[in-house]
Amino acid sequence: MDMLQTNVQTEITTAAQADIAVSVSNVSKNYGDVEALRDLSLEFPRGQLTSLLGPSGCGKTTLLKIIAGLLDPTSGDVLVDGKAVTGPGPDRAFVFQDFALLPWASVMRNVAFGLELRGVAKSEREAIAEKYIANVGLSGFEKSYPHELSGGMRQRVGLARALSVDADVLLMDEPFSAVDEQTRRKFQEDLLSLVANENKTFIFVTHSIEEAVYVSDQIAILLPRPSRVSDIIRPTGLREKDMLTIRRDPEYLDIVDEIWASLRSYVE
Amino acid sequence: MKLFGVRLPAMSSLLIWGLLWELIGRAEFSFFVPPLSQVFSTLFEIFGTKAFQSALYETAYAFISGVFFAIVIGIPTGIFMGKNRLLDELLLPWVNIFLSAPLTALVPVLMVLFGFGMKSIIITTTLFAIWIIILNARAGVLQINRSLVEMATSFGASPWDAFTKVYVWAALPEILGGVRIGVIRAVKGVIIGQLLISIAGFGALFELYSANFLMSHFWAVLIVLFGLAFTISEFLAYLERRVSYYAAKR
Ligand SMILES: Nc1ncnc2c1ncn2[C@@H]1O[C@H](COP(=O)(O)OP(=O)(O)OP(=O)(O)O)[C@@H](O)[C@H]1O
Ligand SMILES: [Mg+2]
Repeated sequence: MDMLQTNVQTEITTAAQADIAVSVSNVSKNYGDVEALRDLSLEFPRGQLTSLLGPSGCGKTTLLKIIAGLLDPTSGDVLVDGKAVTGPGPDRAFVFQDFALLPWASVMRNVAFGLELRGVAKSEREAIAEKYIANVGLSGFEKSYPHELSGGMRQRVGLARALSVDADVLLMDEPFSAVDEQTRRKFQEDLLSLVANENKTFIFVTHSIEEAVYVSDQIAILLPRPSRVSDIIRPTGLREKDMLTIRRDPEYLDIVDEIWASLRSYVE
Repeated sequence: MKLFGVRLPAMSSLLIWGLLWELIGRAEFSFFVPPLSQVFSTLFEIFGTKAFQSALYETAYAFISGVFFAIVIGIPTGIFMGKNRLLDELLLPWVNIFLSAPLTALVPVLMVLFGFGMKSIIITTTLFAIWIIILNARAGVLQINRSLVEMATSFGASPWDAFTKVYVWAALPEILGGVRIGVIRAVKGVIIGQLLISIAGFGALFELYSANFLMSHFWAVLIVLFGLAFTISEFLAYLERRVSYYAAKR
């Protein structure tokens, strides 16, 4: 009887989650006395980009690392494709704020490093890496080392590495915060085409309200510690528009204002 | 160094000291200092002798084995100490004590434990070299960028992969620095071992020559020893320079 009930329940949940790639339910995380996340629940629709937006120190990185399986939550569950997360897995790839490139390895080896760790043969992984190096516009730099590249180029390497393992979910922790403003704008445009062309789920942490509104299908606003989701905003209208005119769009400006209005009281 | 606008090759100051040595030797200032030229001609003389060659072989054997164990045990120990708090708390006090302890005083204990042969000499050599190698490997691991480790973990690195593909390389500049200093200490260790444990190798030659006041022989062996240590240390310094391109950018 019990069995039956559980089975029925699982089926219902699976049906409901058909287009939810990642679901976070009732996650809490304490670092010793510091309560970083409390009872946070959030769902990430498949094929879409969800931004985590909130003041500094509110636990965005913590949440992302819990989803990545790099940190264990104190309580609560994370499901990726309906399966509970117990550690890092091939279904998720991380893009790091500080790039996290191996300084002793060439661009080629760095991009192929995820595949190398998965035991893909050298010639095969280099062919795949080559493709993504070209995709992010770094052809000709395969033999360069990270210290010979600009910040923007380094993050392209980090992005190519995450793309080349072909994970369903891309976790990006403020990937553009360490690059200059013009590069950042270019990255945001590239990210929009990436979301449109690759059928992947993006989880994107940012400090910038404008950036979140520009690139997101869904924006989760987190409040200061202990963090919960205070609001979910879906700038759906914007996704249909030409990426070059979004910043002039009244809807864009309204949403930016709205988010600022809800966040400003938390910023001292 | 530049002199009158001319760039002098590295270590040309050695020439000046060599010249001074020659002059003092010629002045017959002390039997202790024969002219450098005489030392060198003695060097070529004894180079072919059986006694010298077997001493060189014995010393090289003890030295290389000692350094080998110091590296093979020291580097992983240091890396594990850097990775594991508990291990670190357990071992660090001992490493620090042995690093600064007068190891020569321990040699008699080693003789009791391991006998009067090659084994004790090798262990002495290892004991001289290993502590700084451990400490440096540990320091190298401690400064590793956390996000490199997280990156490897997030892409599914096994502990072995993380060790061989991230930790070792990220700590390599410090590790090489430690090995270089360790090797220099091992030279001390092997000679002290050969003097105290069993009169063997270069230690035996030193003993023999100084007891018989064969000063140019004595200096010749010392120069060979210095030359070997210098070459190895320069080679390691070269390796360190090879990795310096990323040492500052980790
Ligand atoms: N390893 C840790 N030990 C103790 N406290 C931590 C640790 N990591 C994070 N915290 C605390 O948890 C809270 C959330 O940190 P987190 O890095 O997730 O914030 P964030 O939203 O990513 O901030 P930012 O926008 O500045 O990157 C912070 O108050 C931080 O001080
Ligand atoms: Mg953060």
